[in-house]
Amino acid sequence: MIGADQSPLPGAPATPIAADAAPPALLAVNGLQTIFETRDGVFKAVDGVTFSVQPRETLAIVGESGCGKTVTALSLMRLVPDPPGRIVGGSVELNGIDLLGLSEQAMQRLRGKEISMIFQEPMTSLNPVMTIGKQIAEALLLHERLSRSAAQRKAIDMLRLVRIPEPEQRAGEYPHQLSGGMRQRAMIAIALACNPKVLIADEPTTALDVTVQAQILDIIIELQRKLGTAVILITHDLGVVAETAQRVIVMYAGRKVEEASVDELFARPLHPYTRGLLASIPRLSLMRGVVTRGDERLVEIPGMVPALTNLPSGCVFAPRCAFADDRCRRQYPTYEEKQPAHWAACWRSDALYGAGHA
Amino acid sequence: MRFTGPAMRDRDLRHQAAAAPTTAPVLQVHDLKKHFVIRKGILRRNFGHVLAVDGVSFSIVRGETLGLVGESGCGKSTVGRAVLRLIEPTAGRIELEGHDITRLGKSQLRPYRRQMQIIFQDPFSSLDPRMRAGDIVGEPLRVHRVARRKERSARVAELFDRVGLRRAQMSNYPHQFSGGQRQRIGIARALALSPKLIVADEPVSSLDVSIQAQVLNLMIDLQRELGLAYLFISHNLAVVEHISQRIAVMYLGRIVEYTDKRSLFTSPLHPYTELLLSAVPVPDPAVKRQKRVLQGDVPSPVNPPSGCHFHTRCPYNIELCRMQTPALREVRPGHWAACHLRN
Repeated sequence: MIGADQSPLPGAPATPIAADAAPPALLAVNGLQTIFETRDGVFKAVDGVTFSVQPRETLAIVGESGCGKTVTALSLMRLVPDPPGRIVGGSVELNGIDLLGLSEQAMQRLRGKEISMIFQEPMTSLNPVMTIGKQIAEALLLHERLSRSAAQRKAIDMLRLVRIPEPEQRAGEYPHQLSGGMRQRAMIAIALACNPKVLIADEPTTALDVTVQAQILDIIIELQRKLGTAVILITHDLGVVAETAQRVIVMYAGRKVEEASVDELFARPLHPYTRGLLASIPRLSLMRGVVTRGDERLVEIPGMVPALTNLPSGCVFAPRCAFADDRCRRQYPTYEEKQPAHWAACWRSDALYGAGHA
Repeated sequence: MRFTGPAMRDRDLRHQAAAAPTTAPVLQVHDLKKHFVIRKGILRRNFGHVLAVDGVSFSIVRGETLGLVGESGCGKSTVGRAVLRLIEPTAGRIELEGHDITRLGKSQLRPYRRQMQIIFQDPFSSLDPRMRAGDIVGEPLRVHRVARRKERSARVAELFDRVGLRRAQMSNYPHQFSGGQRQRIGIARALALSPKLIVADEPVSSLDVSIQAQVLNLMIDLQRELGLAYLFISHNLAVVEHISQRIAVMYLGRIVEYTDKRSLFTSPLHPYTELLLSAVPVPDPAVKRQKRVLQGDVPSPVNPPSGCHFHTRCPYNIELCRMQTPALREVRPGHWAACHLRN
């Protein structure tokens, strides 16, 4: 817990938004399309992805490598390497402003100020020849009217906020002098220094040990509560999703295949891919007091994620799906609301797991 | 956890008797130590030691999986490599099917090498990119001169079948395979000489979840079929729970808890294990757990804390923990823990 003696940062809403009055979306992504042009051809890394994020909410984007979750995040930040990548369609509206229509200068003013991102490997995203304190202050000097010394003081406050011990001393250290967990904390401090409205966290704990992962997730959740930030959490770890997110999007081969609240998605997954993902992970059943025979096989999803350059026609998951029929192989399923606030793109879900099925 | 003296050996034996009444262990490790010398400066002067592995003992029987878990830097990979004599242990004894292999020379060791193999974490860097997949799998057969060329390719084809690769893929190069398939190549290579023991060092950590399940299932099938003993090294507790029968938890070079998996996951005795289990995110939003977050990072093994290495992060630490290293004791039948509070 952050001590009560620390005043909330400027810009944090004084009162939480009433839960029943549906607030307008803070971030609205509509039909986002990002392509990569390579020698092997043009492929759609993100193909018509639509979602929205509310203030203070954590939205998880889940999927295996190559499903387009990171490219989606980079598209929101307008950081897709161009060439070979290019955003070719859709809109990304932050508080009603379409980020895709902004000039690069205008985008630079928003990046870090309104929308920030943290990455999986903090060592490669921190500047190795600049002290941690300077790197946080740099973000502040860029976006806020602060004197150098005020920025330096605020940087130390940020380090304290992410629970780095001895922040005054650490501010003068270089990234290589810090442990992996410390570096990720410093990264969060930089990302949140200007109190952005949206924080995109791309596999923020994948490179960390479990005990450190728990610390980092704790800090993200706590700062989110304190500062009112909306978090887009990109991860492949369903355990992390279950413990931190409110809503989940499941992506497969560049498209959204399912979306629901966390409780709903884990209790009643409607897409065979989501079902497969949930069944394929070891569940720590002993620890949770579940009695098992102890020799259960994990459920395998046969095959592997298709190469984006060579996608099958029809439903992209059909070649790996045990329930695929002719229609699945012919026609891509419509993405529709199957249950209240629960969307999926599957022709067979009604028959397989429709109303009444668990 | 100093495993010296006859008393310790006695308890060791009793433990094995409890775990496996009939079979002799495939691998027995007694008080294994590996100290790395740190050299600094232009004269490469001896600067100190890292006690990467500081007195570790365990055993594995035929058809059994021992999970070795711990956070990065705890020495688990060093144990795996020292057991195979890929790095030279500083002290201790390693017995493969009752034969002491700790001090054997290169040529004496050769017949034993056939019986123990390793699967690495990263299937991208552990396969020679310029060798064909079939040659990679057949290489151990060639090196150990166990089969002529023709028999060799027949055996390789058989291994490809066994691990779920197509025979036609034998002439492909590693870059033509996906991560999961490369790991299958690694497994086929490890199986080539029909070993008794396989050290699997984070074999599924770099794979996607759906592929992870395929590889774990394959490893379990192979074990049942061939009676393999696995030393399964991983930081992923859920994976270890799934595949292991017994588990050893390491912290800064020492085993702090050692027992069957049911006891470990339902009634852990060491505070570190307890907090480690509490930190694992459970993929079920219906489970609302009282989470206790372990503060701080793993201390540096160059200069580990005095007494019990865990005392700096332990919520229960008492005076004694700072002064004295707790021995790994059998606190309950078949359940070993190194903690003063369990005395």
